[in-house]
Amino acid sequence: MSFISLLWVLLLGSLLGLELIGKVPPTLHTPLMSGANAISGITMLAALTLIVKAEGNVPLLIIGSVSLGFALFNVVGGFFVTDRMLAMFSRKPSNKK
Amino acid sequence: MNLPVIIKFVIDLLAVLLLALGIKGLSKVKSARDANRLAAFAMSLSVVGLLSYYLGTSGIAIQSWIWIIIGSIIGSLFGAILAKKVPMTSMPETVALFNGCGGMSSLLVALGVAIFPISNSVENLNFFKSLINEVSISVSIFVGAITFTGSIVAMAKLQGWLSTPGWTQSKVRHFVNIVFAVASLIAFFDLINGNTSSIWLLVIVSSLLGIGVTLPIGGADMPVVISLLNSYSGIAAAAAGFVVDSQLLIVAGAMVGAAGLILTQVMCKGMNRSLVSVLFGGSLSAQSTASSGSGEYTNITSCSVEECALTLEAANKVIIVPGYGLAVAQAQHTLREVTKKLEQNGIEVVYAIHPVAGRMPGHMNVLLAEADVPYEQLKEMDVVNPDFPATDVVLVLGANDVVNPQAKNDSSSPLYGMPVLDVQEARTVFVIKRGMSAGYSGIKNDLFDLPNTSMVFGDAKKVLNDLIGELKDLGVGEK
Repeated sequence: MSFISLLWVLLLGSLLGLELIGKVPPTLHTPLMSGANAISGITMLAALTLIVKAEGNVPLLIIGSVSLGFALFNVVGGFFVTDRMLAMFSRKPSNKK
Repeated sequence: MNLPVIIKFVIDLLAVLLLALGIKGLSKVKSARDANRLAAFAMSLSVVGLLSYYLGTSGIAIQSWIWIIIGSIIGSLFGAILAKKVPMTSMPETVALFNGCGGMSSLLVALGVAIFPISNSVENLNFFKSLINEVSISVSIFVGAITFTGSIVAMAKLQGWLSTPGWTQSKVRHFVNIVFAVASLIAFFDLINGNTSSIWLLVIVSSLLGIGVTLPIGGADMPVVISLLNSYSGIAAAAAGFVVDSQLLIVAGAMVGAAGLILTQVMCKGMNRSLVSVLFGGSLSAQSTASSGSGEYTNITSCSVEECALTLEAANKVIIVPGYGLAVAQAQHTLREVTKKLEQNGIEVVYAIHPVAGRMPGHMNVLLAEADVPYEQLKEMDVVNPDFPATDVVLVLGANDVVNPQAKNDSSSPLYGMPVLDVQEARTVFVIKRGMSAGYSGIKNDLFDLPNTSMVFGDAKKVLNDLIGELKDLGVGEK
């Protein structure tokens, strides 16, 4: 991938992000923030790449592993917490009746 | 193009699509939960894609597998445990903590690549030494470090572990932060010039900058900061995507970055603060004490829980205005008990939710949902404001600045122009509050002085419990 095409990817990704959450009810702001936050843990892919390409370089393996740990902490925790919040919303319709 | 490349290409594409659908779905109440799971699925899919690609091309060494497994298990375990245990009231600081760790991850990746240059993917061998690589590493470190320290400071302040030091309210802080910023820039360019040792300078000064910028910000503005830092962590991820040459990372990071910015904007609007004043203005109370914050209350009416119960019993329509004080007291369940009783007596009950009630937009909705309050009873500010004149009783629970009429009447007030709930229009207003202390903004609330406002002093939970008792004695809610 050339740098220019990566810049295109960056630009289009940003525009997509702006469009996607244009209209959100305030109710969902906290879950949305938490969900988006979990997605930002996508750096786990970078950490994985680092580990795979370390080629036996132990300090690099350790850095990659710690980085992966931090990222997965973000991802797993983020998605669980979001689910916990959203579970409260979906519970209500059944309670009404 | 060989098979592994094609497979990874398809999987990445699918993952981006699902992530986008996930974020979109998160913006609707009905689909939100499924959307969150979809996004989680997309993330795991992307991992499978990456691993299968390396298995199919260069292979993955046993040693690498070991470190992958160690990192994954520890990270996931802590994440899952924290997510299960944390109470709903501390959601803002939890998001801050998760967010900080995401930033840390990007920082570490860039640091690792900078110290031990790795051979890049087969397609572009000569790409990696280039300027662009240095720039993306520097950006990743810079943004990652700010995200990490900023988030940790935000978390510590929300938890009450850190207070706002006095010097951060003086002009000195601008000078200090400018020094950090300039030093980061110098390190940044030095690094791009190929001086690898300045990487540590960059790590240190950008970490200090993150602390220096976040520390002076007052508690009321913290949600805005967290949202902004959430956006930063997306940018850090995108920068890391440039470092390891991954389109998927760039797209996902950019989406989160953009989403965070929008949320930040929404929150600023709700509080009538501009982003600039949040970031550089310091804590609101510091500037305002001189102007209108010093006013004395002259006409406070306080009343007993019993009077409050009597008035409620006679009402036809009641509006509840919950605020962060309610959440702190963990009183949302007790509140629900009270409103159940009122409803059983045929009294119409509605909850008025200010856009920034609680500490994050939507935070109050989550807390009330936890207490089984029906979704239909939660009314947004614009919907509920015209209803106040026809309302008999308003119960203000731990909310303060969002019901301050100054925002409408007093153009000299720092709150002027902030959208507020017009509770003073109702026939009777009860404010349940611990004491006469000011809200987050530190500004006197004119509402408390109005003749139709009565203060019920006490802890929200205790007052509500007493209220249940009084209502029982009056026979409310027992048929």
